Amino acid sequence: MTITAELVFIVPEITLLVLACIILIADTLHIEKHATLTYWLAQIALIVIIFLVLIDFPDESKRLFFGNFVSDSMSGVLKVSICAITICVFFYSYDYLKEHELIKGEYFVLGLFAVLGMMVMVSANSLLTVYLGLELMSLSLYSMVAMHRESQTASEAAMKYFVLGALASGILLYGISILYGVSGTLELPALSAYIEAQSGNNILLVFGLVFVIVGIAFKLGLVPFHMWLPDVYEGSPTSVTLFVSTAPKLAAFAMAIRLLVDGMGPMAGDWQGMLIILSVLSMAAGNIIAISQTNIKRMLAYSTIAHMGFFMLGIASATQLGYAGSMFYVMIYALMIMGAFGMVILLGRKGYEADNLDDFKGLSDRSPWFAFIMLILMFSMAGVPPFIGFWAKWFVLKEIIANGYIWLATVAVILSVIGAYYYLRIVKLMYFDKPQQMTAIKASQEMRFILSLNGLSLLFLGFMPGALMTLCIRAIGY
Amino acid sequence: MNIFDNMEAIYLAIVLAPLTGAIIAGLFGRIVGRNGAHWVTIAGVGIASILSLIAYKHHVFDGAAAYNGAVYTWLSVGNIHFEVGFLVDRLSVTMMVVVTFVSWMIHIYTIGYMHDDLGYQRFFSYMSLFTFFMLMLVMSNNFVQLFFGWEGVGLVSYLLIGFWFKRDKAVFAGLKAFLVNRVGDFGFLLGIAAILMYFNTLDYAEVFQQAPALSTATIEIVAGHDWSLMSFICICLFIGAMGKSAQVPLHVWLPDSMEGPTPISALIHAATMVTAGIFMVARMSPMFELSETALSFVMVIGAVTAISMGLVGLVQNDIKRVIAYSTLSQLGYMTVALGASAYAAAMFHLVTHAFFKALLFLCAGAVIIAMHHEQDMRKMGGLYRYMPITWFTCLIGSLALIGFPGTSGFFSKDAIIEAVYHSNLPVAGFAYYAVLAGVFITALYSFRLFFLTFHGKERLNKHTWEHLHEAPKVITVPLVILAIPSLLAGIFLIGPMLFDGYFMQAIHVASTHDVLAEMGKDYHGVFSFTLHAFKSAPVYLTLAGVVTAWVLYIKFPYMPAILEKRFSLLHKILINKYGFDDFYQVVFARGSREIGRFLWRFGDVRLIDGFFVNGTALTIRWFSSVVRTIQSGYLYDYAFAMILGLLFLLGIFVHGILN
Repeated sequence: MTITAELVFIVPEITLLVLACIILIADTLHIEKHATLTYWLAQIALIVIIFLVLIDFPDESKRLFFGNFVSDSMSGVLKVSICAITICVFFYSYDYLKEHELIKGEYFVLGLFAVLGMMVMVSANSLLTVYLGLELMSLSLYSMVAMHRESQTASEAAMKYFVLGALASGILLYGISILYGVSGTLELPALSAYIEAQSGNNILLVFGLVFVIVGIAFKLGLVPFHMWLPDVYEGSPTSVTLFVSTAPKLAAFAMAIRLLVDGMGPMAGDWQGMLIILSVLSMAAGNIIAISQTNIKRMLAYSTIAHMGFFMLGIASATQLGYAGSMFYVMIYALMIMGAFGMVILLGRKGYEADNLDDFKGLSDRSPWFAFIMLILMFSMAGVPPFIGFWAKWFVLKEIIANGYIWLATVAVILSVIGAYYYLRIVKLMYFDKPQQMTAIKASQEMRFILSLNGLSLLFLGFMPGALMTLCIRAIGY
Repeated sequence: MNIFDNMEAIYLAIVLAPLTGAIIAGLFGRIVGRNGAHWVTIAGVGIASILSLIAYKHHVFDGAAAYNGAVYTWLSVGNIHFEVGFLVDRLSVTMMVVVTFVSWMIHIYTIGYMHDDLGYQRFFSYMSLFTFFMLMLVMSNNFVQLFFGWEGVGLVSYLLIGFWFKRDKAVFAGLKAFLVNRVGDFGFLLGIAAILMYFNTLDYAEVFQQAPALSTATIEIVAGHDWSLMSFICICLFIGAMGKSAQVPLHVWLPDSMEGPTPISALIHAATMVTAGIFMVARMSPMFELSETALSFVMVIGAVTAISMGLVGLVQNDIKRVIAYSTLSQLGYMTVALGASAYAAAMFHLVTHAFFKALLFLCAGAVIIAMHHEQDMRKMGGLYRYMPITWFTCLIGSLALIGFPGTSGFFSKDAIIEAVYHSNLPVAGFAYYAVLAGVFITALYSFRLFFLTFHGKERLNKHTWEHLHEAPKVITVPLVILAIPSLLAGIFLIGPMLFDGYFMQAIHVASTHDVLAEMGKDYHGVFSFTLHAFKSAPVYLTLAGVVTAWVLYIKFPYMPAILEKRFSLLHKILINKYGFDDFYQVVFARGSREIGRFLWRFGDVRLIDGFFVNGTALTIRWFSSVVRTIQSGYLYDYAFAMILGLLFLLGIFVHGILN
């Protein structure tokens, strides 16, 4: 296949790049108070990308551009999910940014570039492509966090995120260079083949692996590489937190699969152990520290850490179904956390962030419907059947038990039970405590509608988890 | 078209009519109002009563074969079917007539008695509901439905004892009845479970058919001790009957149940529900006949109840309690008859007792109403002048109770005594003297009640005296209607019921136990039976009892006090009812409360809540607040943590390979 023929497969990425550039120019030329044009153009761009991916949906695995790029079902599914989630995120953000007078066209443009980075990560087939996508995404995110320049906390969060991110990137790059030095190849399948051919343990490979793992763990926020996460979640404007906490996790999942499974599959015995350690630490620290939080954004940050630990168990089982379970989990997780931050946005208003747990007190008196939606979100996060969060946990647990890690499943369940405490506390606050303020909830009809849909989808998916599970299993299978 | 063509529909209607009445009066009481409630329930029970009479004619006079069929299958598990089904033969049809007829009379009586009560509709609803459950019990053709009816009547009994739920004593009595019955039901349920286990069916007909084949089967409950299966099952079932029919030592709830309204005492705690145990044993006769052990057990319990409870009745002052102890004693008689395999005699006494005991209770109720809810006999006396109808009907009831020759109670009680005499069970000797002595005691307490209430000096207070008057018609009419069978039922029923194979296949008696057949050889009609009685002890014991009562309470009214002092120990024992109540109160009631308190204080509060639940929660919260301080907020700490993590992983995995 010639390079020109191969271009067909990266039409979505090229289109996104072109559109993002056009929108950037349009934004600078067309100055308006609410950046309405930029917002709508960005949304249209994302819809177009989804459309483009779906038209030529990759149903077989193809390695292109001298082995730097891969097009397969998993990348297709993840790209559509990332774009769809970003559409919702932009939607919530637009309301929030307008209300808090933070709106700037750059937010959406940077978002689009981050999406491009994620798409590159998802389709990466070589160590360098992974790094390229990761950096594109990360740099966009750093600037988004820093966008609220007057806010001290936001600047501090951006600084921490940037410095630590740079450190993590350095570590990852170091690992990549070791791997390249040992194997002499950047292509992931070739690396895998090289490792396969090795007899016995190669200490340098393990050395490189540890550095790569740390890079992945930083992106996902696994303990002890999680320190940036609570500060960034709390310090950023909620719309940015919303973005950071959703779509990039899908990309990080893809990165983990590409690097560990595609690139170092034969070393599964080594990285399984590392992932299990990181998982258990994350679940324990995340769930336990979340209990003593009073800020809901911070609490959700620790909840994220715990969820990422749980989700990692699927990959740690090192089986096809395990990867599918993790993919299922991370998609559901993105849906849940999006709803949760959506609620924070919904309750906030100009000059006031509703990010304290106390803000949820007596919500059922103020708005029974949204208290109910929050209840669905919290129950789902806690893993209460019949909500979809239960199935996500079930899927992963089933796989690790099938692989004989019963003790690990037990630990995961116990830690989840501890975690249920802080989710249920929110339900308690909403239904059993007196509200501290009775101001009516101020939000657009569209916001209410989408948020309701977001919450209810967890309930409906919970009743029919089969379709999404099948999708994940097939996506991994090809 | 002949109405007997479709008996199944009639049986259904008998059961459903009272239920419909109960539902309407209970759930729509406010809509139908007080009058609506009593009309609809009386109509429902009336329909059941008339249809029962039709069914009775069908079976007894037209000689129809027993009906046994399922009307509804609830669920099937393997070969076991849970069904609603009816077994209507002469045994159940007799019970149906008694239950519906007495219930009907008492429904009418209640209009007068409960006239001013706030819970009027509720009361009628409960009574009809009770009738429904009782009919389900007696008409059942399987053990599940039997248990359903059994528990149902227990439930309604509990609700009605505690009907005046604002009175502490009533609530206490209700709870007591409920708990004591639980003990009995436990045995009952074990019996049913054993039947299911060994017979693999719960249908009466199938069980009875298989029973002879299993008569020698054994069951090992305590390792190394084989017990006869039949004895085990029968004794378990009888323990259930002991609870429901208030036999010693599960009798303690019945006297207390008098806290309920008087119509209930008459309907449930005298005429019908308490006889459910007697009926059940008669129904299970094919099984009891296979175990002499069980029969002996039944007989001993009955005899002890008959005499000991009669004695307690002697020292009671509350008019209703005297009748309650009398009921206990009479139930003991019936139980003795069951033990002697004279099931027919037990059923006969059950029928006559239902009439005269309901009558006595209603008389007591009439007196209580007239006395403005005064129940202490020491504050009555000389009432015959003011309440002639009540006086007369009460006299008939008392004569029937003591077994005065010619009254219904005479025939049934004499038959029992004679049956025990003919029985050849090892314990029959003891039982015979017990029931014989019981005759004297019965006469004594009955006429003590009669004399204290209606004769002698008027000991009323002025206010009561001014308002004293005969009861209204709705009260006296049922009294008169009930007085008729109390007086005459025996004459007409004794021949057919005891000696002419009245129950046919409904009751099975082994030939070696058939005491009634033995007696039948000497039976030559009602008249000779009555004359024959004058040649035997019971009649004279009865007369002696009446005379003693007259001497003590009319002729020399100061005598009882002297006797009380002279036999103070005996008196004390009787007043304390042999200490059963106190014993249960202290050992079981307080004991289980103490166990509960211990489990609550230590097990629940300390161990589960304190240590496990709150303990873990507190530990985790403490841990959480400590761990969160690691998150210092300083960038260099964060970076340091990352490096440490990296080194940690390197240390473990690279080091692992090096070794």
